[in-house]
Amino acid sequence: MTYLTKPKLHHPTLQKNKVGYTRRDYEGKISTLCAGCGHDSISASIIQACWELDIQPHRVAKLSGIGCSSKTPDYFLGSSHGFNSVHGRMPSVLTGANLANRELIYLGVSGDGDSASIGIGQFAHIMRRGVNLTYILENNGVYGLTKGQFSATADAGSKSKRGVINRDAPVDTVSLALQLGATYVARSFSGDKKQLVPLIKGAIAHQGAAFIDIVSPCVAFNNHEGSTKSYDYVREHNESVNRLDFWPTREAINVDYQEGAVIDVPQHDGSVLRLRKTHPEYDPLDRVKALNYIAEHQAKGELVTGLLYIHPEADDLHAHLNTVDTPFNKLGVKDLCPGAGALEKLNASLR
Amino acid sequence: MSTKRIESINDFVVKFANVNGSGSASANELFARAILRMGVPVSPRNIFPSNIQGLPSWYEVRVTEKGWLGRRGGVDLMVAMNPQTWNQDLAEIEPGGYLFYDSTRPLPQSKFRDDINVLGMPLTDICNATYDDSRQRQLFKNIIYVGALAALLDIDAGAIAELIGEQYKGKEKLLKPNLNAMQMGLDYALAHLKCPIGLRVKKSNAVGKKIFMEGNSAAALGAVYGGATVCAWYPITPSSSVAEAFERYCKRLRVDPVTGKNKFAIVQAEDELASVGMVTGAGWNGARAFTATSGPGISLMSEFIGLAYFAEIPVTIIDVQRGGPSTGMPTRTQQSDILSAAYASHGDTKHVLLFPEDPKECFELTAQALDLADRLQTPVFVMTDLDIGMNTRLCEPLEWDDARIYDRGKVMSAEELQAGKDFGRYLDVDGDGIAYRTYPGTHPTRGAYFTRGTTKDRYARYSEAGPDYVDNMQRLLKKFETAKTLVPKPVLSAAQHPARFGVIYFGSTSPAMAEALDALAAQGIYVNALRVRAFPFQDEIADFVAAHSKVFVVEQNRDAQLKTLLVNEAHINPASLISVLHYDGTPITARFIVREIAAVTAALNVRPLHKPKAA
Repeated sequence: MTYLTKPKLHHPTLQKNKVGYTRRDYEGKISTLCAGCGHDSISASIIQACWELDIQPHRVAKLSGIGCSSKTPDYFLGSSHGFNSVHGRMPSVLTGANLANRELIYLGVSGDGDSASIGIGQFAHIMRRGVNLTYILENNGVYGLTKGQFSATADAGSKSKRGVINRDAPVDTVSLALQLGATYVARSFSGDKKQLVPLIKGAIAHQGAAFIDIVSPCVAFNNHEGSTKSYDYVREHNESVNRLDFWPTREAINVDYQEGAVIDVPQHDGSVLRLRKTHPEYDPLDRVKALNYIAEHQAKGELVTGLLYIHPEADDLHAHLNTVDTPFNKLGVKDLCPGAGALEKLNASLR
Repeated sequence: MSTKRIESINDFVVKFANVNGSGSASANELFARAILRMGVPVSPRNIFPSNIQGLPSWYEVRVTEKGWLGRRGGVDLMVAMNPQTWNQDLAEIEPGGYLFYDSTRPLPQSKFRDDINVLGMPLTDICNATYDDSRQRQLFKNIIYVGALAALLDIDAGAIAELIGEQYKGKEKLLKPNLNAMQMGLDYALAHLKCPIGLRVKKSNAVGKKIFMEGNSAAALGAVYGGATVCAWYPITPSSSVAEAFERYCKRLRVDPVTGKNKFAIVQAEDELASVGMVTGAGWNGARAFTATSGPGISLMSEFIGLAYFAEIPVTIIDVQRGGPSTGMPTRTQQSDILSAAYASHGDTKHVLLFPEDPKECFELTAQALDLADRLQTPVFVMTDLDIGMNTRLCEPLEWDDARIYDRGKVMSAEELQAGKDFGRYLDVDGDGIAYRTYPGTHPTRGAYFTRGTTKDRYARYSEAGPDYVDNMQRLLKKFETAKTLVPKPVLSAAQHPARFGVIYFGSTSPAMAEALDALAAQGIYVNALRVRAFPFQDEIADFVAAHSKVFVVEQNRDAQLKTLLVNEAHINPASLISVLHYDGTPITARFIVREIAAVTAALNVRPLHKPKAA
């Protein structure tokens, strides 16, 4: 990491997106994480994805729990409101925020301790409720901020930096999200920006619960030989099922056939996801097959990455609750208060 | 042998002993409402187990011309419908009182008392002869005894018929058999029992415009009127009916007539941590949100309550208190969450508490809590309890002023930000300790900030510097001082004559206290009374204590929690306070308060005797 503050001066030739922002406008404060931390690469991918999507930064709300990963929302989208909440409880805060204003884009950022250990309950319930969000799990299998304890995603048999072997079975958050009804489920690797950026863009465009598990090696406590979340291990065992391209709404789609099967998945908002399948047998529209595929490859020690499942017609919690289109935080006394006349009728019915 | 008979018109207690889940609840309420329709106030109470079917439950109706709505204690007429509890029910009847029971199976003489009046009616025989279906036999038995009680107590059968008519309007199939059952009971009693007994209901006009409502429904309606759009909750007795009533009222009052869409969102969360988390998220994002819970829920929510206090987020919590600690007495009443709510969370925290006395105040203070939470940007608790929440209580009609607007507190707009107004999320610009906030998404380049539970400076920048921490904590204290000027003031009831003694009380103790003050005055004991309605405490409370030689503090908990808070926070000398504590799970009675206060005043008035000489 560096303490040198980057100058806020923008070079005049910096490329602007359709809403007039340069990539620099999506940056946040200087990271205070360790140099080489996978989480910083994820922040860079979030910045890239938001810039490419032409999102106005202030229309994003970033929410997180507690831990190294949960600090990162301070390091991207500096013009967005952020909320560093309670350990393992980001999902409930985000659910409430989403109910209050359905018009913003919600990014939930969490870690493996935050989501799979202390927060597994809230993680499960936000998925099953179908809250419209992008849930990013920065997964390093270790508690960084408290210096190296195992988290619930650490593989059985993996060795900590101090030489302790983990005996507990790991939580596979991707399979869990699939079982619980998430409608966009992906896995990637912090070091694979080419795969990650389109996955994040697809997740943001998705109008339902989108979950991305991102393996993100911890350089301080979990990047040694024997760790299954190290850079080397992931590079060797990464099985990518597909490559994703993303076309936002209103943009002409250039058909560009290449090797392998290609499928287009139109999204609710009109945007299109194009999957280039590197594994032709993989079907991301089938939840059950996806679960089996992940399990089979996991048994072989392979980490399946890519877009694992998508339900293109997904809806969200607001649809389930049949809420009005106007954000709740814009409704006033005229919209909400039934008034004295209605109260008099209620009084009369209580005599 | 002639047994003494209690003779009383419009002033007695009837208690129904039933089996939970037997359908008695609606019949018993019909009984209470019929008396109300005759213009005579009643105060009913459910005494129920933590159970759905099979365990004993009771319904106690106090008939009270004078309008004393507290629990009286003692029973004048026992309607004993549960063989399981026969012995204890029998023992509760006042000498000269009455026992009404199902005489189908003969009971040995030893099962009765000779100082009460026994009224037997073969209810099971009558039902078996009339109905084939076992469920019908069960349900109509309840209506039959209501009919019989109408004859015995001289209750207007027309009032009962009118209520049955309202209940089954449009359901003719149910209307007729219910009316028949009621008439059957009435006719049997008139023909076979000496009617009326010494207890009688006489038409009056003591009810007036009053309404009959549960506190939980009233609190829910207060949330509707107060503009809450998000309700996140987790089921827990005795608070669940708040969320359920909110849903019922919203479906009636908050659906957009054009689109059919809801101007509300109700989420049954996975636990109390999630429910208060959702309320916190919604409050942060500018919607009015609340949760309803009870003591165990407050324990679970405490970490979030600390975050909302420190990050300054509006949160409204309705705490319907029950008997604690742990699972405690989940279906009994107490005022025992005062300290855990006032200081909820680790670290130095203090929270605003409001204490409603009845359903009307549940309505008013819930609506006000939503305003206060926004104005003060902090958690606000409405501290009600099972006695207010889950019993139908007679109270003044609810009122709303259509000119009232919601106080959304200090929220900086996009226009103000655009005009260059200085925005510091934790910057006190006008000395009241409250800073401006912005809703997420307000302005493209200004007003965004990072909300966190860690220390920050006045501009919401992360800081681990001691002076920043202290500066912030001092401002939070100043904000709490501001809260004093906004919360409802205590209510004074001055005695008719100058009084040496004072009494402080709050919440559901109110009706028992009103009656106790009256009874004490009749004994020549004059006491000034102050009903505390909120924490932080205003100066009036300390002044009240200073103006009396001793002040009783009446509470429904073991540890004198309000007294502790008064000593801690209003700097009152504990030597000037005397606790009167009732905490067995039943609502406090006037009889209890009178006995406790009279005993102390008698002891304090006695002049010490000269030391007797050594023998």
